[in-house]
Amino acid sequence: MRKQINQRQKAKILAAVVTVVLAAVTVCGILFTEAAMETDFLSRNQAPSAVHIFGTDWMGRDMLFRTLAGLSLSIRIGLLTAAISGAAALLIGIGAAVLGRKADASISWCIDLVMGIPHILLVMLISIACGRGFTGVVAGVALTHWPSLARVIRGEVLQLRQAPYILVAEKLGVSKMRISAVHMFPHLLPQFLTGTILLFPHAILHEASVTFLGFGLSSEQPAIGVILSESMQYLTTGKWWLALFPGLSLVLVVLLFAMLGERVRKLLDPASVHE
Amino acid sequence: MKHRLGFAGKKLIRIALLLLGVSFVTFLLMSASPLDPLQTNVGQVALGSMSQEQVEALLAYWGVDTPPLTRYAGWLGDVLKGDFGTSLLYRRPVLEVVGERLSSSLILLLSAWILSGILGLFLGVVAGAFRGRLPDRLIRGYCVVISSTPAFWLAILLLLIFSVWLGWFPIGMSVPVGMESSAVTVFDRLYHAVLPALTLSITGVANIALHTREKMADVMESDYVLFARARGEDARGIVLRHGLRNVMLPAITLQFASISEIIGGSVLVEQVFSYPGLGQAAVTAGLGSDLPLLLGITVITAAIVFGGNLVADLLYGAVDPRIRRGAAKS
Amino acid sequence: MEPILKIRNLSISFKQYEKGTKQRKIQTIRNLSLEILPGQVAAVVGESGSGKSLLAHGILGILPYNSQMKGEILYDGRTLDKKRAEELRGREIALIPQGVSWLDPLMKVGPQLFKGKKDAQTKTRYREALARYGLGPETEELYPFELSGGMARRVLIASAVAEKPRLVIADEPTPGLDERTAVRILGHFRELADEGAAVLLITHDLRLALTIADQVTVFYNGETIEKASPEDFQDIRRLKAPFTKALWTAMPEHDFKAAEIEGPGDVGGDA
Repeated sequence: MRKQINQRQKAKILAAVVTVVLAAVTVCGILFTEAAMETDFLSRNQAPSAVHIFGTDWMGRDMLFRTLAGLSLSIRIGLLTAAISGAAALLIGIGAAVLGRKADASISWCIDLVMGIPHILLVMLISIACGRGFTGVVAGVALTHWPSLARVIRGEVLQLRQAPYILVAEKLGVSKMRISAVHMFPHLLPQFLTGTILLFPHAILHEASVTFLGFGLSSEQPAIGVILSESMQYLTTGKWWLALFPGLSLVLVVLLFAMLGERVRKLLDPASVHE
Repeated sequence: MKHRLGFAGKKLIRIALLLLGVSFVTFLLMSASPLDPLQTNVGQVALGSMSQEQVEALLAYWGVDTPPLTRYAGWLGDVLKGDFGTSLLYRRPVLEVVGERLSSSLILLLSAWILSGILGLFLGVVAGAFRGRLPDRLIRGYCVVISSTPAFWLAILLLLIFSVWLGWFPIGMSVPVGMESSAVTVFDRLYHAVLPALTLSITGVANIALHTREKMADVMESDYVLFARARGEDARGIVLRHGLRNVMLPAITLQFASISEIIGGSVLVEQVFSYPGLGQAAVTAGLGSDLPLLLGITVITAAIVFGGNLVADLLYGAVDPRIRRGAAKS
Repeated sequence: MEPILKIRNLSISFKQYEKGTKQRKIQTIRNLSLEILPGQVAAVVGESGSGKSLLAHGILGILPYNSQMKGEILYDGRTLDKKRAEELRGREIALIPQGVSWLDPLMKVGPQLFKGKKDAQTKTRYREALARYGLGPETEELYPFELSGGMARRVLIASAVAEKPRLVIADEPTPGLDERTAVRILGHFRELADEGAAVLLITHDLRLALTIADQVTVFYNGETIEKASPEDFQDIRRLKAPFTKALWTAMPEHDFKAAEIEGPGDVGGDA
């Protein structure tokens, strides 16, 4: 009899496949960065064909290569910013819960402040402060994505602190830092991992948006935001492929990350035991 | 009643402090920028051909020669008198520019806010009530795809389809090019606002629907819904009587929290549709290092966001019997 | 007299994930058989968290989606399937749940009891039921959070009684109540039975159950381990299962006798 595959096994397989696809896109993008810059004035403004599946732009650059290079760039920036944001969220969240009332109040004030400015505006501002470009966009995205995860972690830690074994450890005089690292961190790991993976989609979208507005990566780089921003000039003349394929590919990559996050959440979340 | 006033008062003080924080952080970020406003706006070549006095006059105009803290103190003093300074790019008072742009954006923001709120609530309730079944899968699929889609690309897509391909809507500008602003009719304004408002609504729905769905699913799994079923209430009655009622409270918070997101989205969408609203002004101010204008825009949008949160809190207290009656008793 | 409810070999299980991706079936109720005559109180006693509530939900046809039910339930001589349960619940078969969390927190008691009906007849029916338990019309204007624990229980009982049910299923109706209130609440169930209804009392509290029950089914680890009449509990030698003996010994009034007879046996074992 064929063994039936259950939801969790499915989730595992899917997560693995998604990871492989994303890794492949990243590597391909790096390999094709040269090709993405290559101009060929003999084949300018070509609609999608067998030779150029995604078409070419006004300098004859192949849009497939440009898209792959852009996606790869997006994914790498996404990884970097999500990692920074996740780490910040972890530290700030634990800090808020452990360092006492005053620290908690000031951190929650800071979170309110960050949440009060429309997200994209804040990313713009931080990017400006860092002189735009790669540094600007990385700083902007990394420094604005921690609040929601920090809140989740703070809540978790506050709950954990009431757990008997933590109370005992405190009574025994184990230091706060040690309790956080040895006794709390393992329990936070599932929430932290899922939260961080779910930061990717947001990070990637904000990077693309800020670059599109002109506050992010410079126009020489084949970033998706740059590609789409350039495509705006050619839309009225009917060059739809310049905008359609790069955008669609970005949506797919973001969807894959979102799916990956969902699967990982399913696997790690104790509340999903019944599903 | 007294209790509620005290609550509102405390919140107002907190908001004032937060706004102070927002303005300070914004100011700090802008003045920390290594970007030289003279180079961006006047240009290297033009600067080179100017006399020393002219350059100094420009430095003074862009405020580059004053130490940041002195400048901030001056700005704050003026703001308390109701003067947000003068936009360096538009050469007009910031409040005037913001007022004009905001009133033009308002149609977009309001219609998207209301539409996405109602539609999001509806879809969320349906998805939550049918959890795991076809309607839920469709709605969740839509929400996940939309929240993975950059708003500006969706805007480009709608522009391609409806303006370029079908020719139903104009390519850009909130008024027809070359028309006297007095000759612009309400119809023209609305006509130009349709696509941007649509884009904002489509993206806004996703978040509200997803969150409402979670709440609704929780409600449907609650003991009181189980008891209602045990008492023979039918599925429709349960959704309408218990589901909607209990989803309403989180929906209020959600709806007012979405203000920030919609304003953020409008920055991108206005850029694509070259719609002369507040979002576009923010981008222009940012690219041109127009500190007073960007500062003004940031503080005023933050005030709107915080104001929204306050209204949500007050409404919550008025609607939730546990707070309303609980407070009356104590 | 014909039993109003007849349960034969009822098993309820649900699927759950263990660590990682392994799935397993959890058997909460195994081969339960039970009969209740009109006018009887049948108590089902089991430890807390043993899935006793699933028995109530199974009869009412409101089990969660990840569960499975096997066996036979006959109501009034005919099979009680999901469809028939849907027609009967809230009318002939009424559930009395644990406590106030089973009431919609944002709806006043009155409209909640009336189930959306607005006719005078329904209202009078419920008002009479409320009045029977000493609750005036002002109760209708209260929100659940404004009810005390005992009041909430009486509201829940009234919600069942107003429909004049033939079968009342009370699921853990006493936790959180002080002794006197708990005894009074149980007294209401005895009263209902004396008026001709059949009462299925699901509880973890053997001692309280014995005060009103006509028959007791003890339930351990999903398995029925003892079926006894209240008289059997007068004498520990008439009890068979070690778990029941342990329960019996745990009752305060038997405390001193425990030493006289041999120990209650291995409670946590393969009972």
